[in-house]
Amino acid sequence: MPVLDVDALLDDRGTEIIVCCGSGGVGKTTTSAALALRAAERGRKVVVLTIDPARRLAQSMGIEKLDNTPRPVAGIEASGDGALDAMMLDMKRTFDEVVESQATPEKAKQILENPFYIALSSSFAGTQEYMAMEKLGQLHREALGQGTYDLIVVDTPPSRSALDFLDAPERLSSFLDGRLIRLLVAPARGPARLMTAGLSVVTNALGKILGGQMLRDVQTFVTALDTLFGSFRQRAEKTFALLQADGTAFIVVAAPEPDALREAAYFVDRLTDDDMPLAGLVINRASPSARTELSAEEAIAAADRLRAQDSSSLTAGLLQLHADRVRIVEREQRLRERFAASHPQVPTTVVPAMAGDVHDLDGLREIGRKLADEE
Amino acid sequence: MTAYPDRSPDWPQVGLHVVTGKGGTGKSTVAAALALALATTGKNVLLCEVEGRQGIAKMFDVDPLPYEERRIAKGAPDESGRAGQVFALHIDPESALLEYLAMYYRLGRAGRALDRFGVIDFATTIAPGVRDVLLTGKVYEAVQRPRGGRKKDQVQYDAVVLDAPPTGRIGQFLNVNSELAGLAKVGPVKSQADNIMNLLRSPRTAVHLVTILEEMPVQETSDAVAELRAAGLPVGGVVVNLVRPQALSAASLAQVRDDAVDLTAITSQLTRAKVDVDAELVASLVDEGRDHAVRRQLEDEQRALVAAEDLPTYELPRLAAGIDRGALLELAQLLRQQGLA
Repeated sequence: MPVLDVDALLDDRGTEIIVCCGSGGVGKTTTSAALALRAAERGRKVVVLTIDPARRLAQSMGIEKLDNTPRPVAGIEASGDGALDAMMLDMKRTFDEVVESQATPEKAKQILENPFYIALSSSFAGTQEYMAMEKLGQLHREALGQGTYDLIVVDTPPSRSALDFLDAPERLSSFLDGRLIRLLVAPARGPARLMTAGLSVVTNALGKILGGQMLRDVQTFVTALDTLFGSFRQRAEKTFALLQADGTAFIVVAAPEPDALREAAYFVDRLTDDDMPLAGLVINRASPSARTELSAEEAIAAADRLRAQDSSSLTAGLLQLHADRVRIVEREQRLRERFAASHPQVPTTVVPAMAGDVHDLDGLREIGRKLADEE
Repeated sequence: MTAYPDRSPDWPQVGLHVVTGKGGTGKSTVAAALALALATTGKNVLLCEVEGRQGIAKMFDVDPLPYEERRIAKGAPDESGRAGQVFALHIDPESALLEYLAMYYRLGRAGRALDRFGVIDFATTIAPGVRDVLLTGKVYEAVQRPRGGRKKDQVQYDAVVLDAPPTGRIGQFLNVNSELAGLAKVGPVKSQADNIMNLLRSPRTAVHLVTILEEMPVQETSDAVAELRAAGLPVGGVVVNLVRPQALSAASLAQVRDDAVDLTAITSQLTRAKVDVDAELVASLVDEGRDHAVRRQLEDEQRALVAAEDLPTYELPRLAAGIDRGALLELAQLLRQQGLA
């Protein structure tokens, strides 16, 4: 397995964006924060965009308030120009800002108050993904324009599937310029008139299912948003192009578990198919191996012998724990080998599990050292 | 493996068990084990998944599931070796929508037109919440299925287990119908949404939360409990999963943690147990013991927080060999012994 050289990636001034992705519960947020901190302390001007950090971690980074603006993180031991800002994504506010920046104040108000918009912007399963990418685009433009940052680290939302955030913007923008929208906006206008018969069947069906009032809400929303469609699509396309650019590096995070590695494999394949720049795989929270060669079977046999004499033997307990650890390490090793066999080209780094939880900068530094394989 | 008799179940009135948990806590494993545990003699249990992962098929080592109920396993056997049946259903929103339209509206040509205009795609991916409405709607149908219903070959279920979205999304997922009922003020969608909410808020439903003894998952569990209660959704039990082996007594744990173990005694015991022993081996075992003791202490802190929620709690061990059919049956027996099923 080739090794993922994290420090080389962070030190390369050509690396402008790092996107951390992976399925839920594998430690993406902590990994993103640890990478950002390490980069800052190695002299980069970094901003990290997190989605849903643990409360104590957010507090330690000074971002427990959700105000959608990057804030400097105190306590950085930076070298050179290094600095770290952090922010937590507020998806509704980001969406509102897009609308406000694109529409006249009057129209913006109309959109923001529409019940359908309120539902879409706060609960559509893909909105978070779309807004994370939107915010990334904004930060990148700001970084280019004002030189505030030279590296952006993005955490991705805890999606149903790790792939959602790549698809969501495209899905939303293709909906916004799709046939359905044109149908709702202008049921009997322009070339669509030719299909009026088919159309009325559809609108009638929709009315029957949704009820007339909800259909009217949707129509009002779509009509108000009409002028913005082009810009939504353009923005989505720009973000997609940004993700494909040379300055972007994707890091796939996985736990050494079958589900997480399966998601990681899908993700690696998808990135490869879409020509997205994959930097490598982080296997997070791996069980640390024991320093002795004693096999699980020998340990269990010895523990049984001791327990026959003293059922509460401490030594027997230690042997049992050792056997348990050896079995887990062996299973994780098999899972990793299986992944490597189907994806031999993916550079990988393994981060051993810490004994405690991480909720301060020292903990993040420790993870950073493990990511970079520095003892 | 039934070391002591099964307890009488804690949730006899529940027909719909919703299982949620933070990513990485093993909620799908627990949902599958619960379905096996509920399937006692003569009972039929349906295990549903809604997240498009085909996790059930992988756990039970069968081909990917279609949008169709399939018998996938016998339940966990009782003392006489008998068991009921577990069926599985992979619910995808597209199929659920088409089925729903066909069932309630007999749309025919219009149904196909909807698809051509991207309405199906819109409804199942973009439209806020519609996806969740469809998924919960199908589960509702399976729970409420009348005896001798329209389709003769349909199985009637004694219990349905839903492998639900993670805790971060569970409130929104289960509550989507009440939001929808608010958006659509009249019409068939509203009445369907109201019916689903009535079931979900009734004592016939229990939302079980799966956690591991770590800070984030426990925090999310207590957030979810508060959110579910605020939404009037019935909170069930907490399943503490992936519990580390209890190989050391409290006294031993303290000794190991405080570096107060007698290395000479361990060395001589290892020799007596016919282990080829050297100082390095002893040091490694003690180090491993110390790591474990530190983790156990953190687990105990988190266990106290879980206990403070004052909900029925069940514990399942971390199985070193991973999860397969045999492991699921073992976990099912443990759930039965503790009374979740």
